Formats: sequence, C-alpha cells, structure tokens
Amino acid sequence: MDSTVTSASEENVWGGGNKPLGASYGKLMMWFFLVSDALTFSGFLAAYGFSRFKFIETWPIADEVFTHVPFFHGNFPMYYVAFMTFILIMSSVTMVLAVDAGHNNKKNAVIWYMFLTIIGGAIFVGSQAWEWATFIKGDYGAVETKGGRILQFVNADTGERVALSEFAKTLPSERTGHQRKNGVWFYDEGFLPSYTVNEVMAGLKVNSDVVIRTEQINEEGEKTVLDHAASLEKLKDGVLVVEGANLVRNEYGSRLFADFFFFITGFHGFHVFSGVVINIIIFFNVILGTYERRGHYEMVEKVGLYWHFVDLVWVFVFTFFYLV
Amino acid sequence: MAHEHKLEIFRGLLKFKSNTSKIWGVLVFLSVVTAIEVALGIAKPAVLTGNSFLGMKLLNWIFIILTLVKAYYIAWDFMHLRDEKTSLRRAIVWTPIFLVAYLVFILLFEADYVYNVYKDGFVKWNF
Repeated sequence: MDSTVTSASEENVWGGGNKPLGASYGKLMMWFFLVSDALTFSGFLAAYGFSRFKFIETWPIADEVFTHVPFFHGNFPMYYVAFMTFILIMSSVTMVLAVDAGHNNKKNAVIWYMFLTIIGGAIFVGSQAWEWATFIKGDYGAVETKGGRILQFVNADTGERVALSEFAKTLPSERTGHQRKNGVWFYDEGFLPSYTVNEVMAGLKVNSDVVIRTEQINEEGEKTVLDHAASLEKLKDGVLVVEGANLVRNEYGSRLFADFFFFITGFHGFHVFSGVVINIIIFFNVILGTYERRGHYEMVEKVGLYWHFVDLVWVFVFTFFYLV
Repeated sequence: MAHEHKLEIFRGLLKFKSNTSKIWGVLVFLSVVTAIEVALGIAKPAVLTGNSFLGMKLLNWIFIILTLVKAYYIAWDFMHLRDEKTSLRRAIVWTPIFLVAYLVFILLFEADYVYNVYKDGFVKWNF
C-alpha cells in the first residue's frame, strides 16, 4: 500500500492516492448508485406522465381514489398519504441526527436515532401495505364497457358515489364461481364479482336517483355525470362488473392507473423495505461496537444517504401520483 | 470524519448555531411546505385550477415547484451535499437533471401527439 500513497508535496497526479472529490470510495460509489437509481425512478415517473398525457381527459383523479384513513370511516382525501410523507421525513431527520451523533462518536445516541429511524421505516412500509390492501379491495365497484372504459355510479342529487350493493338487484341466476373440484382440468376461477351486469342494469332501471359517472373530465376538472336516461343507454355497453383493482382492470378508471400505482409505489416500497433491513444490520453493528473500533461512523453516513434518497423519491411520487 | 458543516440556509438569511439545530430547522421548513401542498390539494382554489401556464394548471406548477424546493433541502442538508466539494455536487446533481429533463420533454410531447391522434383521428376507443 505504501507505494500507492502520494504525499501532498509530490507532483505526480496519476500516481494514485488523490482525492479530487474529497470523498471516500464507499461514499462515492453510494452516490453513483443513487444517481443511477434516481434515473430508474425518473423513468417510471416519466412513463407515468406519458400515459397520463395520452389519456389526459379520462385519467382518474387521485384524491377521489385515495380517500381512506385506517380506523375512520368517511371521505378524507390525501390525509393518510400526507401522514405517511411526514413519517418518512421524520425518519429522515432521525437518520441525519444519527449521522451527526456518529461524527461526534456518541455511540448511544447513534443507537437510539437508528432505532427511531427503523421504527419510522416500519410504520411507512406498514402504511403502504394497508394502502395497497384498500386499493385492491376497492369500495364502490364499477362496470367496464366493451372498450375497457369504466362507468361509476353516483347519486344524482348529491353527486356522492354509490356502491353497487346499494342499488343492484339480486336476480335468480345459476352462475356460480367455478371451483377446482368441479373441473375436468385443475384450475379454478379467481374471483366472481358480487353482481352481474344484468343485476346492475335492473337496479339502475328502478333507482332513478342513481346515475352514471363516466371517465371523461369536463372543463371544471370534474368527471362528467350523465342523466338517468343517458345512463341507462350507456350501461348497455357494459360487459363486466369490476370490484377493486388488479393489474388487468380496476374500478377507478384507466387500467394503466392501477398498473403504475402498483409498479411505482411497489418499487418504492421495496426500497423502503431494503432500507429498513440495511438499517437493522447497521444498527446491530453499532451496538456491537464495530464502528467504535473502526474509529469512524462513515458506514452510518452511507446508509443514511440511501435512506434520504428513499425519502427524496417519495417526495416526487407523492407529488406526481397523489397531488398533481 | 471531522466535517465542518455549513450552517446557513436560505442563502445565508438563516444561520444556525449547530448542525443539530439546522436539522430541526430544515424539518420544520419541510413540514410547512408539505402542509401547504396538502392544504392546496384539498382546497383546490379556483384561481389556481382555472388558470394555466404552458398548458398546465397553476396549481400543478406550484406543486412541482414546491416539490423541487423540498428535494433541494433534503439533498443539500440531509444528504450533506452542501458540505461536499462543488465538483462532486455538480456531477451528482446536473447529470440526472439533464437526462430527466430530456426524457420528460420527449415523452410528454409524444404523449400529447398520441392524445391528439385518439381525439381527432379516426380511432374509436371510447365505446
């Protein structure tokens, strides 16, 4: 190693040992990884923008989709996502404090701040799991047309969403879910919606206060609501009842919306998860005194960079997925 | 790793006594910005949604600008870019900014074109 170290007085630039960027190898590599990861996320968000601009007049409105808060009933657009954002920023702060304590070689402070960071990350991942579950389950249900457009139902007077179960009739029908034991071949039917299109149609005919809301966004930035006669006409195009969301179809609107939701928040959630795992590893290393013996806490700083990056990405996901 | 920290934010308008108090200061600032974003997102003032600039609503411009402000303070103060050498900072920041700006520009233009094809062309998709 001696032969590669240059002293400050030596003029040999290419002899090695120079630090033109004033950062250690590990830190630089972490930064370069983060730059490339930032480009991956940008690719996803740009693709989201592409699909959204392509269907700019029919794209779902996010604050009509994400309206739930755990343990509370009602319509609370954005509140829970704002809470998640705050949790992540907060855990970013405890991470910076851990790095700062590391610079001052305060082992116990680093342990506590790392612990709080891990808790924050766990709350965030849990919240995201809950958000996914709510999104997949859906709440009102909708009808999909031949062309793959989504028809939702609202109250004609109040404009509030109406669930299928509130107006659809139950017609006698022999259609039951195909189960594995009944088939010649060993596959079963995934999921049969609670109602058929005919039942929704029959319900719509007798409930004159229920009307259809199409995907089309009007001049005021709201979804177009049809009158009752037009709703009945429009429902004739319906072929499928959609409840909840998966990668193929969803009750919120454009199919791509759910795809991007799963993909972008999923990729981000995976980053948070791996960040929590790495934080736990470093946490135990700190407790065991690894960095105390090494003489510096730069490793904490490096995982800190990764953790802040996850927060940084969430800031963008929050804006482009939930706000804009 | 004896770093000296630069302790002033807002271009020297606000100078903190220690690195810890700067961290809390930045947290307060980020929380306020997030609160403003959420409040605007729920209230949706008609002035901001009714008017647009360069084909996008003023409200969305505000959201994007506030996001970039937040990103700046996360990167500069939480990720210590403020304390790094200028050359490192530029390499890290301008490379993605250039590539992303280019990608977003071409993709959004293309998407707008596709939108017009669906709208004015003879493509039936809303049935």
